[in-house]
Amino acid sequence: MSTKLDSKIPSGSIETLWQKHKFDMKLVAPNNKRKHTVIVVGTGLAGAAGAASMAELGYHVKSFCIQDSPRRAHSIAAQGGINAAKNYQNDGDSVYRLFYDTVKGGDFRAREANVYRLAELSVNIIDQAVAQGVPFAREYGGYLDNRSFGGAQVKRTFYARGQTGQQLLLGAYSALMRQVGKKTVELFNRREMLDVVVHDGKARGIIVRNLLTGELETHIADAVCLATGGYGNVFYLSTNAMASNVTAAWRAYRKGAFFANPCYTQIHPTCIPVSGDYQSKLTLMSESLRNDGRVWVPKNKGDKRPPSEIPEEDRDYYLERRYPSFGNLVPRDVASRAAKKACDDGFGVGATGLSVYLDFKNAIERDGEEAISARYGNLFHMYEKIAGESPYKSPMRIYPAVHYTMGGLWVDYHLMTTVPGLFALGEANFSDHGANRLGASALMQGLADGYFVIPSTIGNYLANHSFDKMTEDHDAFRDSKEQCYKRTTQLLKMKGSKTVDDFHRRLGHIMWDNVGMARNKEGLTSAITDIKSLREEFWSDARVVGEADQVNNELEKAGRVADFLELGELMARDALERNESCGGHFREEYQTEEGEALRDDTKFSHAAAWEFKGDSAPPERHKEELKFDHVKLAQRSYK
Amino acid sequence: MSDQNMKIKLRVWRQKGPTYPGKLETYELDNVNEHMSFLEMIDVLNEKLVQEGGEPVAFDHDCREGICGMCSMTIDGNPHGPNKGTTACQLHMRNYKDGDTITVEPFRATAFPVIKDIMVDRSAFDRIQQVGGFISVSTGNAPDAHAVPVSKEKADLAFDAATCIGCGACVAACKNASAMLFVAAKVSQYELLPQGQPEKEDRVLNMVAKMDEEGFGSCSNTGACSASCPKEISLENIARMNRAYSRASFKKR
Ligand SMILES: Cc1cc2nc3c(=O)[nH]c(=O)nc-3n(C[C@H](O)[C@H](O)[C@H](O)COP(=O)(O)OP(=O)(O)OC[C@H]3O[C@@H](n4cnc5c(N)ncnc54)[C@H](O)[C@@H]3O)c2cc1C
Ligand code: FES
Repeated sequence: MSTKLDSKIPSGSIETLWQKHKFDMKLVAPNNKRKHTVIVVGTGLAGAAGAASMAELGYHVKSFCIQDSPRRAHSIAAQGGINAAKNYQNDGDSVYRLFYDTVKGGDFRAREANVYRLAELSVNIIDQAVAQGVPFAREYGGYLDNRSFGGAQVKRTFYARGQTGQQLLLGAYSALMRQVGKKTVELFNRREMLDVVVHDGKARGIIVRNLLTGELETHIADAVCLATGGYGNVFYLSTNAMASNVTAAWRAYRKGAFFANPCYTQIHPTCIPVSGDYQSKLTLMSESLRNDGRVWVPKNKGDKRPPSEIPEEDRDYYLERRYPSFGNLVPRDVASRAAKKACDDGFGVGATGLSVYLDFKNAIERDGEEAISARYGNLFHMYEKIAGESPYKSPMRIYPAVHYTMGGLWVDYHLMTTVPGLFALGEANFSDHGANRLGASALMQGLADGYFVIPSTIGNYLANHSFDKMTEDHDAFRDSKEQCYKRTTQLLKMKGSKTVDDFHRRLGHIMWDNVGMARNKEGLTSAITDIKSLREEFWSDARVVGEADQVNNELEKAGRVADFLELGELMARDALERNESCGGHFREEYQTEEGEALRDDTKFSHAAAWEFKGDSAPPERHKEELKFDHVKLAQRSYK
Repeated sequence: MSDQNMKIKLRVWRQKGPTYPGKLETYELDNVNEHMSFLEMIDVLNEKLVQEGGEPVAFDHDCREGICGMCSMTIDGNPHGPNKGTTACQLHMRNYKDGDTITVEPFRATAFPVIKDIMVDRSAFDRIQQVGGFISVSTGNAPDAHAVPVSKEKADLAFDAATCIGCGACVAACKNASAMLFVAAKVSQYELLPQGQPEKEDRVLNMVAKMDEEGFGSCSNTGACSASCPKEISLENIARMNRAYSRASFKKR
């Protein structure tokens, strides 16, 4: 039934598609805009940018976030940078090249029209951020500096030391605060969305829990935008912030929004390895480190000598060996799998054998300690704080960790989900990254969606629809609130024997072992069964303490873990159905002789979008066929 | 990696809600690993409390890598604990030794009322930002990013000011609970950049007025704020803001 999935890509030449479409879309008259309320859930790059920009246009916006302040959204933690096709370096970059690299980097599983628009808008993002006072790195002449990042062969990444996400988010946050001050945005912090309310086939509002009082609140609007981030925390350990979750997207899925490509997970190659059971999250070391650091393991299995005593001839710089032309700069999925392989084959280092070296010795000898410190000082400092060792003296130890989720709510060219009036922005949608996201492209996508796409497409939706007057006591809202109330009560009533974290950790193990970096039929099949039984156990034996009507961190966690326990199963199903390897999805059955991912373009050149069919029936898989008119399908090669 | 487990005695501020009285409760942990972060130790305590039927300690945290500014606790009298330039979430237990007693309290300030246990309400910071912590440029109005060059020196100083994570440690460290360092960091960032010039007078006057209105104390130059700042925001920003403030008040009079 692929007819259900209309991506609404306008017709015409890809270079002018978005400009032309902006003209073709309907507009809402200036004095009518304030009559429309738009809800934006999430205040990361996508949500803050979207909420501020729509309010600037005149809409009445309600903005929600879990944290105590919108400035603390997970986007704040992004380190490395943001791509834009400015070609300030005169090194041959262009909108077309960024578009091309993104489609190829995504292993040909993204929608061309969206990616082209993203590349096109990238340049406006940099202009906007600079105008807001975002202090990007500059050269002595006063112009912006760029670096190459994540395997790009041009220097197109803009950065603010190792804190690019922070600076961009504070820029978007300042724009949002300006609108809150003007009373065009109403801010609801410390709120968690528990449901989206659909009436007359359209999204008309949300139910949120006030995290301070426990009150379930109803909020009514003409359109709802979810900018609620990614779901990497389904693995328990990830580089995501602790509160990152799937609840908003998952509740939308249960209300009819299709969930696309849930199995596409990005495992980032350079993270600080796990040190013990108490570990609550993993810390990313920016991939920019691979510009100067060299990855290696000992040539001899189980070589326990300290790295300084292992001579050159006993070291295997395996990325340089396997990928001579890209070397240490191969894309993330390739680098992560290579590290896993080195460790699986018994060459891993450190107490657990689950890490590889990232060595700066040559770079320090070549450029001097000062130069290396200017580039990576804060990262080295962070590493030393966590690991207790100085990367100036001995190599870092790194291992891959879950970092980003390419999958998410399916959206059309307008960023609208399959529920009319329900939009998804940023990491929450299934995005423009196909099966693998290139470094420095998430910030770009979140801001493109928020600053430039949604402000245009929302108008088209609002202008084309009429809206019944709704009040809080309408059945749709009452029912939805009642459901949320029941669920909360149920969670608190169980009084079981195991903590929520215990369930979350166990789910994480199942996911990491079977739905992680390498997957196979057998593992995925057993994961589906194991997650199901873990879910049943959760709903009878979880111990959620505290009360419903006050601050209750355990209850918050329980709701999120309950949703992860459903999502995990869908991820495994999606991975099982996709009988090919592509990008972040690696099926052991489908690889080349050299162990590289083997796509199957005849059968799987599509996005898979899952439809919820109720708790007792399996979800239905729909396809959106992907057409490649501009980028030629080819086996990715980084040799 | 050594797996030596330490015994730690924790004295934690427990307070049921804003209107309840609070007090320090003592807990003993005997399985604290030196590689744990301080917050992971509290996780361990909380899991134990849940198992035993108690109420876990409520505390704010999110990124756990020193950038979101959410974690906020005073550890043995120091906001974010003993280490310079380090948030509570980045503090590791290797800084402590077997048998230590550690006291954990919320950030204390009139403008940061306690919500529960060690959670406080810092929304006053958002409200200060709303009256001027921005450049009034709506989406779509921006000229090319290279239209206005900015000297590297100024850009770097602006960046240093902009690294503030809005955690409120400066307020908690100050005997007057002043928010000068927080406000000065934001004012300085824009003051240093050409883009910030058109609105600079209103910005500094409005933000300072709001700061006073929110109940933050006045600055008596002790420098405790900068000393406890996890991002080591410099006191020079306060001097810069004071100059901007005098200039603006003079001009607007
Ligand atoms: C450590 C790290 C480093 C990174 N570095 C880079 C980089 O250098 N370059 C790059 O391009 N990308 C990077 N990324 C990826 C990038 O940061 C994220 O993909 C991006 O910031 C996501 O932005 P977002 O706006 O979609 O969501 P987020 O920033 O995750 O924001 C989600 C928002 O939704 C809210 N929310 C969630 N659920 C609910 C709910 N149920 N109810 C109410 N509110 C809710 C949250 O409170 C929050 O405000 C990095 C990611 C990590 C983890
Ligand atoms: S939890 Fe984010 S700074 Fe500590």
